This record gives sequence, structure tokens and C-alpha cells, in this order.
Amino acid sequence: MRRVIPHPGLSVLLALVWLLMANSLSFGALLIGIVIGVLLPLFTAPFWPRRPDVRFRYGIPYVLLVLWDVVVANFEVAAIILFRRSRDLHPRWLVIPLELETPEAITVFAGTISLTPGTVSADVSACGKYLLVHALDAADPDAEIARIKQRYEARLKKVFA
Amino acid sequence: MIDAGLLEEILTSLLIVVGASFALVGSWGLVRLPTLMERLHGPTKATTLGLGGILLGSIAYFQLTQDVWSAQELLVSIFLFITAPISANMIAKVHLHGVRLKDAETIASPAGRPPQSPGKGDWATYEAPHRDTPVATSED
Repeated sequence: MRRVIPHPGLSVLLALVWLLMANSLSFGALLIGIVIGVLLPLFTAPFWPRRPDVRFRYGIPYVLLVLWDVVVANFEVAAIILFRRSRDLHPRWLVIPLELETPEAITVFAGTISLTPGTVSADVSACGKYLLVHALDAADPDAEIARIKQRYEARLKKVFA
Repeated sequence: MIDAGLLEEILTSLLIVVGASFALVGSWGLVRLPTLMERLHGPTKATTLGLGGILLGSIAYFQLTQDVWSAQELLVSIFLFITAPISANMIAKVHLHGVRLKDAETIASPAGRPPQSPGKGDWATYEAPHRDTPVATSED
């Protein structure tokens, strides 16, 4: 089974993406979706020799949490843009120490930070232990770092365990 | 008696107007925020809720008024969610280089110059990622 379908999650994802692209639920589209879902992972397997184990039990709630935070943070940033004067703004650089240890987990963490309005991840340190983040309005940088670590990183550690 | 068609149109237009207003506010942020690093925050808004609202409106329109099953919009938003952080990251990296090189056109953010990396070595923009770390780019 492992040899025919080396990456079941990717296979399902590819089939779903194909169905969305075809924009129909016909038998033909489903068939091509399954063919793509089986063939593409087989051919691309050499590119991901050590793939991480994603625990969807934690991954799906994480995605929902991020979507909700994106909506809430959008309103906060809209309020800042519309009503706050530039000189009352507290832009800060945040240096976030990383506890995540795989490239995939760090990438998702940095992507989450960039997607939630108000923070943009700018860089990672060459040693892979720190993330450089720019915050639009963080009067208390330490509290903001603690919030990001506790809200996203702690959950991501469970997703990529 | 309010007929269902009217409700559907109200819902669709509401979603589109909400999305468009967030895109507008994001663009206004691009104009009025002080320097490049602050301005970067504007577009991340426009692509998330602004576009999300418009795409939801599109789904609602096809589903309710046209009775066509359409979910391609989900793909658009997934691709945007994947690519938006990367372009923001690239712009931030150019800014970091400009600050380090004291480029005349780069104005440092009110947050000041970016802090030094507390770990061994520098930020990955300035220095190749170290081997045997999670950010290593080659495996030799």
C-alpha cells in the first residue's frame, strides 16, 4: 500500500483540488482526480524524502482558529488604519524564539504570522532558532511575543509532533 | 411578503460590499502608513478578508441565483493564502538589505533598525542558513 500510495494525504488533496478546478462532481472528473492523486505523488516522491507527520486531529482546528483570527485581526487593523494617527502608532520589531524544529512547521508558523493582519514575518535567523517579525502596533512587544507563541506555536507543536 | 430572490441578492451584494470595503481600507493603509514595513500590513488585509468577502459573494451568487455548483473560488483563496506571505516576505527581505546597506531610498521604520539575531550568526537574509538546522537549504 505504501508503495502505491506513498502519501495518502497528498493524494486526497490532489483529487479534491482537481474536482474544484473542474468545478463539477461528475464521474469523469472524479476519475481523473483519482488518477492524478495516485500518479503525482508517485512521480514527486523523490522530492520529499523525509515528510513530516501531520496530525489532522489538531491541524483542522488550527486552520479554523487561524481563519477566525484573520477575520478579527482584519477589523482591528482596519480600525488602526482609519482612526489612529501615525504618531500614536507603535510599530515594533519582534524577535520570536522558535521551539518548532522542522522546516514545514516553521514555514506554517511564519505564514500564519504574515496572514494575520498586524504582523508580518520578515526573516528567520541563520541558525533556525529565531523569527524576525514586524508588528504594526505592539505597545508591549513581550506580551505580543508571548501571545503569538502561546496561541499558534503551542498548537503547531501538536500538529507537527 | 419578501421574495427569496431579493434576499439572495441582498446577501450577495452585502458580501461583495464588505469585501470591497476591506480592500479599500487596505489600500488606504498603503497610502497613509509611514514607511514600507508598515505599508506591508495593508495588502495582507486586502488579500485575506477583502478578497475572501468578494469570493464568498461569488459563491453565493452562483449557488443561490444561478443554481450552479461553484467552488472554484475556494481554490483562488487557497492559492492566495499560500502566496501572499511569500511576496510579503520577499519585500521585507529587500527592505532588510536596504537598511543594512544604508541605501538612500530606504527609510527605516519608526520601529527602528531591525535587531540583531540573538542566536549564533545573523538573519538568513544576510547569511546563508547553517547546516544541520531546520532552515538549512542543502543537505550535504
